[in-house]
Amino acid sequence: MSQTVQTSVMSMSDGQSESPVVLGLETRNIHAWFGKHHVLKDISLKFPEKTVTGLIGPSGCGKSTFIRLLNRMHEFIPGAAMAGQVLHDGHDIYSPEVDAAAIRLKVGMVFQKPNPFPAMNIRENVLSGIKLAHLKVADHDSIVERCLTRAGLWKEVKDRLTATGGSLSGGQQQRLCIARSLAVEPNVLLMDEPCSALDPGSTLRIEETIKELAEKIAVVIVTHNMQQAARVSDYCAFFLTDGGPGYLVEADATKKLFTNPGDTRTADYVQGKFG
Amino acid sequence: MSTIIAPAEKTEVVPEPITPWKPSQKTKSVSIIVFLASLFLSAAIVLLTGLAGIDGFGLALFCVVIVVTTVRNLRSNQKSRKDAFVGVFVASAAMLAFFPWMSIFASVIVKGVRGLQPNFLVENMQFTTPDDELNMGGAAHAVIGSMLMVSIAAAITLPLGILSGVYLTEIRGRLTFLVRFVVQSMSGVPSIVAGLFVYTTFVDYTSKFSGMAGALALAVLMLPTVARTAEEVLKLVPDDLRSASYALGARQWRTSLMVVLPTVRSGLMTAAILGVARVIGETAPLLLTSLSNNSFIFNPLGGPIGSLPTYIFGLLQIGTENSINRAWTGSLVLLILVLVLFTTARYVGGKDKR
Ligand SMILES: Nc1ncnc2c1ncn2[C@@H]1O[C@H](COP(=O)(O)OP(=O)(O)O)[C@@H](O)[C@H]1O
Ligand SMILES: [Mg+2]
Repeated sequence: MSQTVQTSVMSMSDGQSESPVVLGLETRNIHAWFGKHHVLKDISLKFPEKTVTGLIGPSGCGKSTFIRLLNRMHEFIPGAAMAGQVLHDGHDIYSPEVDAAAIRLKVGMVFQKPNPFPAMNIRENVLSGIKLAHLKVADHDSIVERCLTRAGLWKEVKDRLTATGGSLSGGQQQRLCIARSLAVEPNVLLMDEPCSALDPGSTLRIEETIKELAEKIAVVIVTHNMQQAARVSDYCAFFLTDGGPGYLVEADATKKLFTNPGDTRTADYVQGKFG
Repeated sequence: MSTIIAPAEKTEVVPEPITPWKPSQKTKSVSIIVFLASLFLSAAIVLLTGLAGIDGFGLALFCVVIVVTTVRNLRSNQKSRKDAFVGVFVASAAMLAFFPWMSIFASVIVKGVRGLQPNFLVENMQFTTPDDELNMGGAAHAVIGSMLMVSIAAAITLPLGILSGVYLTEIRGRLTFLVRFVVQSMSGVPSIVAGLFVYTTFVDYTSKFSGMAGALALAVLMLPTVARTAEEVLKLVPDDLRSASYALGARQWRTSLMVVLPTVRSGLMTAAILGVARVIGETAPLLLTSLSNNSFIFNPLGGPIGSLPTYIFGLLQIGTENSINRAWTGSLVLLILVLVLFTTARYVGGKDKR
């Protein structure tokens, strides 16, 4: 696996010297279908490491579909199809020799509804990724502590690591899920409306966590909350649909998008005039 | 860096949808060809070496497939090689589990198909002796008797079974423990005891063997299967759905009837199928309740009635060549009947829309 990545990165930089390899994720002319239903059209975006990118847009415009294409979760839906390229550290994750499980190890995901494993306690939940992927790690205790700390949960649970995940509040459960994704050390973390089921306090905690994560990795977050997008993201991409496939209206630095957007529809959306 | 829009050529044409995660057409055809080649190779091994019979063939095929998989995966990495081997073992295990079923089915077809002539499905045995040629007489009376008794048994047990499932999962009344205990101990009742029970009560009371008595005995056997399956299926309905219905002001019985039960429609159909499958081949209780008959009986209270299991049982006891052939054909018809019932039930019950 690592060998193929290297060779293709090299050949990439030889062949297409005009675009240097982006560490993190990059999509090129991505389309998506469910059966005959064309739901996403021609998205080309970059998610470099050490940045937070917000994906915004009204529901049904394909944000979840797009984010699931980025770590090969799209293919679990029967009838799903795609076109275009997704590059992870410059390497196409959809090329035939790539192992989808290895990609998902590097591109983690946090879901809308907190979903800790019910049959595992807090500690086991954090370590579950390591166990599931057969990773060899020496010091489990320090991983548990480090991941829970990075997810902003350590202080609250350090005395009850053997309690079940279900005994935590919704916000704590979501932070546990973040800690769980961090344990396998992804270099991209995808979050699909991670705070939409949470209280404001938990939401703020998670936003702090996201900012800390962005010191090392790339974070892509779908959100319907404009203030949240403005608070956490460095860049924002605005998606829209006119009934047909969803498309990208505009993508730019968050500050620019919120104060001086290039498209009137973006201005209307971020000011809450529709959506 | 000021933009996150990736450099890409602008095109207005929509590309063809692709599914890179599925094996390509080429890989698929190669796999099929390789598998066919393995089949031939193992057939050759069976013919040329000491291995013999269907089990020898299976063993040869297994070894050949393992070798072929090794060769094909020589160049791939360790993980996908592991995947391929696990795949071979799982497929072999599935075949192994499938094997007894297939051999039973095959032998019933081979031995039963000779007597499967039009007369077998429309005539009865009233004026035919079991020794007569196979183009005389038939088992239509037995099919009708079996259908009649199983239908009555199903009509009794389905409502009861579903109601007890609803009681156990939805109402959870004070008698939950008792109901569950009774249902569980009923599933341990030997079928002959069920027959004996109906014999000493219903048969004794009406002082004759009848289809109704047979149906009652089958119902006793069917009820625990239906009730337990219904309970397990209803347990899978998420509580969120019940809450949503209550929050709309629905009462408990409306919630059960309009939200919970429709959600598991196909599961309840499975419960019915398992129940029918449990009893359609039962012989012992019928010998004590419906006995058997060689002519058409349509009245469930009109005295002894034929059925497929007792038909097969009776002919096997006679033991001449033609009677045994008739018994095999009866078994074949019983198998076909089960298949037809299940297919229609699946079709009518439909799939859960999820
Ligand atoms: N599993 C699916 N099967 C078929 N169509 C789907 C499925 N999931 C989403 N869609 C369709 O794809 C479009 C985009 O959906 P989605 O990506 O969930 O939008 P968003 O997350 O922006 O609200 C919608 O029109 C939706 O109807
Ligand atoms: Mg969504």
